[in-house]
Amino acid sequence: MTQAFRIENGGLINRDKKLSFKFNGKTYFGYEGDTLASALLANGVHLVGRSFKYHRPRGFFGAGVDEPYAVVQLYRNGETEPNIKATEQELFEGLEAKSVNCWPSVNFDIGAINNFLKIFLPAGFYYKTFMWPKSFWYRIYEPFIRKAAGLGVASTKHDKERYEHKYEYCDLLIAGSGPSGLAGAYAAAKNGAKVILAEDKPRFGGSLLTSDVNIGNQSGKDWAEGIIAELKIMPNVVVKNRSQIFGYYDHNMLVMSEKVSDHLPSTKKYHPNKRLWYIRAKEVLISSGSIERPIVFGNNDTPGVMLSSAAKEYLKVYGVLVGRKPLVFTNNDSGYETAIEFKKHGVDPVVLDSRKNAESEIIDEARNLGINIKNSYVVVAAQGYKKVKSADIASISDDKKQLGKIENIECDCICVSGFWTPTIHLASQSGNKTKFKEEIDAFVPGQSKQNEITLGAANGVFSLDETIKTSFKAGSELSKKLTKKDNEIAIPNVVEKKSSQHDKFWCVPLPKGKNYKRFLDFQNDVAVSDVEIALREGYRSIEHVKRYTTLGMATDQGKTSNLNGLQLVSEIENKVVPAVGHTTFRPPYTPVSIGAIVGREVGKHSKPTRKSPMHSWHEKNNAVFVDAGVWLRPRYYKRGNENLFEASKREAKNVRTNVGVCDVTTLGKIDVKGPDAAELLNRVYTNAWLKLPVGKARYGVMLREDGIVMDDGTTTRISENHYHMTTTTAQAANVLSHLEYYLQLVWPELNVNVVSTTEQWAGAAIAGPKSRDLLQKLFPNSDVSNEGLPFMGYMEGDLFGVKARIFRISFSGELAYEVNVESDYGNFMWEKIIEVGEEFNIQPYGTEALSTLRIEMGHVAGSELDGRTIPYDNALEGLVSKKKDFIGKRSLQRSAFTAEDRQRLVGVVPLDKKTSIPEGSHLVKDDKAPLPNPKLGHISASCWSVEYDNPFSLAILKDGKNMIGEKLFAMSPLKNKVIPVEIVSSHYVDPKGERVRS
Amino acid sequence: MLYINCPHCGMRSQNEFSYGGDASVKRPEINKEVSDQEWDNFVYNRKSLRGKHLELWQHISGCRQWIKVERDTATHEIFRTFKADEEVA
Ligand SMILES: [Zn+2]
Repeated sequence: MTQAFRIENGGLINRDKKLSFKFNGKTYFGYEGDTLASALLANGVHLVGRSFKYHRPRGFFGAGVDEPYAVVQLYRNGETEPNIKATEQELFEGLEAKSVNCWPSVNFDIGAINNFLKIFLPAGFYYKTFMWPKSFWYRIYEPFIRKAAGLGVASTKHDKERYEHKYEYCDLLIAGSGPSGLAGAYAAAKNGAKVILAEDKPRFGGSLLTSDVNIGNQSGKDWAEGIIAELKIMPNVVVKNRSQIFGYYDHNMLVMSEKVSDHLPSTKKYHPNKRLWYIRAKEVLISSGSIERPIVFGNNDTPGVMLSSAAKEYLKVYGVLVGRKPLVFTNNDSGYETAIEFKKHGVDPVVLDSRKNAESEIIDEARNLGINIKNSYVVVAAQGYKKVKSADIASISDDKKQLGKIENIECDCICVSGFWTPTIHLASQSGNKTKFKEEIDAFVPGQSKQNEITLGAANGVFSLDETIKTSFKAGSELSKKLTKKDNEIAIPNVVEKKSSQHDKFWCVPLPKGKNYKRFLDFQNDVAVSDVEIALREGYRSIEHVKRYTTLGMATDQGKTSNLNGLQLVSEIENKVVPAVGHTTFRPPYTPVSIGAIVGREVGKHSKPTRKSPMHSWHEKNNAVFVDAGVWLRPRYYKRGNENLFEASKREAKNVRTNVGVCDVTTLGKIDVKGPDAAELLNRVYTNAWLKLPVGKARYGVMLREDGIVMDDGTTTRISENHYHMTTTTAQAANVLSHLEYYLQLVWPELNVNVVSTTEQWAGAAIAGPKSRDLLQKLFPNSDVSNEGLPFMGYMEGDLFGVKARIFRISFSGELAYEVNVESDYGNFMWEKIIEVGEEFNIQPYGTEALSTLRIEMGHVAGSELDGRTIPYDNALEGLVSKKKDFIGKRSLQRSAFTAEDRQRLVGVVPLDKKTSIPEGSHLVKDDKAPLPNPKLGHISASCWSVEYDNPFSLAILKDGKNMIGEKLFAMSPLKNKVIPVEIVSSHYVDPKGERVRS
Repeated sequence: MLYINCPHCGMRSQNEFSYGGDASVKRPEINKEVSDQEWDNFVYNRKSLRGKHLELWQHISGCRQWIKVERDTATHEIFRTFKADEEVA
């Protein structure tokens, strides 16, 4: 294929490097330095997609970030990515892209039938039509809309690319490398400030790349290149291209997405695909420039209609003619600049200027070149379906209300300029209350909210001379404040052509008897008529009009449509534009890849994984692991073909008959030290702690101030002023913060220190009737008899030369001990226990068996202490002191907490003694009652009782105290189960607690 | 993301801290009889202020100290920060 629309010479592309690429399956060629858009246009391809609602043919409208149409699905290195703007995607060898919004193809699109039905698809259409009948939404409407709409498909594969996050601090962050960004950066850098200059495009220079100006006796482009080259070698400056600052957050935190690899056929080894920068800047200079505004006319969405600045950029940067018979439609001098460029390349444009008479240096130049200029002329409608073929034009009256006779004029593109809209998104995101500037019919930043300043075109200043002067000054003053240096730089002389006043005209009236669609929002297909309907139906606030019509809600966020939408509302409502106000700008300014936001925190890095010192032993012994908070814990140890149920039953049974060992390292551990340690515990726990002797452990329950149980665990008095507190695995961090809160803020007079020791100690629970025999062999020099180490006793021991702490505490309800050694000896301890325990038939047990053992004993855990229960609900009221005060005590007097029929922990057994009850099942009186069936309680935990060999569950049941012996139903609509059950005591096994004391 | 001046560590990003609510709430003294109303005010009743608000933050990924932060709830401007035991004038 030839690149028929590429001019012989010129442009900033590398003509020595030809690249091949595919679009919709067809192979084309372009050059290094092209975007996908410029390469397609060089090949005369204007049809790139279909519009969102009416599926009308769509081409290219812009040449960069503002592009509303040319959104494609990209294929690169075996991956696919949706929502890529062809105007931003740089060309690389082998690039493949496809149109979106087309089904089955871009040339024949079924959805385009919407275009002929458009009278039925006005504003709010989806809201009104698809609401009824309700059942149709799910089965018919939604699948249809999903198939026919959308901006591409996300890959369902794992993303092989890597994304990185970077945190950076600087004195001055500059958003945009146009004239104002370069001047500001240069001045600040010369004062020694730490500067970051960010440019979203591959090339630096912004408007200087395409404008015909002189700075310091060189062309604007050469001046920009010189400045960038100098900045790049300065150690205090970071210069980044392909980097979009998309969000301005609190306290001068800005976020930037750097496309590291998107312009390459594949990502280089060790490189990320994108890098997300979190930048905390002392000062921010917003030099984001402006975006050309369209003029609204009939069929203004036809491929071939585009912004005049885009046409100029395709020509000057890429050497591409967007047409050979261009029509330029303008209300200001910018259109003439584009026309002049066409003319210089041997193409004859026709200029339609809505102004009656306008004179300026630029217009003079156009006239001298012999360009055909028609004043007081407008484009009424573009003609042609998949590409502009001609235009209906007419003269327009001075009041812009009456059209003259319609003439048809042949053309292959219409370059439109409705003046310029400052890009105020970042300033607005920072909280800056923007103000309307009459002279330019647009909003500009008002009073700075954070440390931000907006300069140049982004501030509504379109004179290059003024921009350069104010930006040098700002860069120098902002940096002077921070570095205390003042290296004066000579401000270069600027030569630019003077331009004349633009025309406030923005929308061409419809000719009599014609009903052309005149689009405001090109991506979401919002036409003038849609906004009219919304206002007629009573929507007044611009925020409501936006949501009802979807104006400005597409992925381009209305960069080319917002102001024209406001103009329309203000005209119909007879209000001035500032009174209508614009909608809120929110980050991100442009779509950002989810991958970039997530960064490296994917897969196993999505959260930290904590492993106990015995982890490798568990792995070697076929442990199947389960996530317990951030910890990995053995759930069971698989033997042969056992499943979870069989293995956990075997392990639990072995604890009840012989002895088992469980890794309890994950329990939270907090050292509590100081003369007032006992007093602190006494206030934190519900039971009494002042008289606990040294060498004794006690079980405690702590509440929140609202009376709800926060956590439970045992705390042991190691020495006079030293306690060892344990918490549940899940609450370890919260309990530490809780203690710190009271010590630092509420009772600073208490002389106590707390510190987490969770990672300092490895823990093994040894449980079962033979545990004492085993313990004696592990600690032959210690007296671990019932007298020497009674229930809730504590001693230190010598484990084959390793110092150990021995606690006689039990979670399983069996005679049990917990042995702690310093973490580095954890594996040694574990191996010794297994080795010595062999003669007692020891088996390791996991969390599943641990649960079984505690459930059938009626011990509460996380599933009962669920943030909704008080001590009474958990049958823990015996631990609530009546004598002393403690955190949350006063709340227990609340009437709901003292109600006679208060919910309470009970045991539940299925009548058939066979069917396991799903956790979360509701307990109801009548399984046939009409819905919603009154719920009396819920199943909190279920197990297979190894003691009785039948299912057993715990439940929190209303009036549980008086429900023992009642017959109810456990219903689980999720599992589609209804199980008749009997309510029994929660202490299913060893209700008197004799075993732990044996 | 807020930039908070920890009185112990200096300027740190918000993601090192956890929020702890209204700093002006005073817990009734331990062992003291309090009315239902007093207790409810302490546990539940909070003013949702627009404007200057003295609040607690804990520097959990830093020095672990609870600090007081004077912040505007509407603009997020932080005026001053205090140590836990510092009197707020
Ligand atoms: Zn700190």
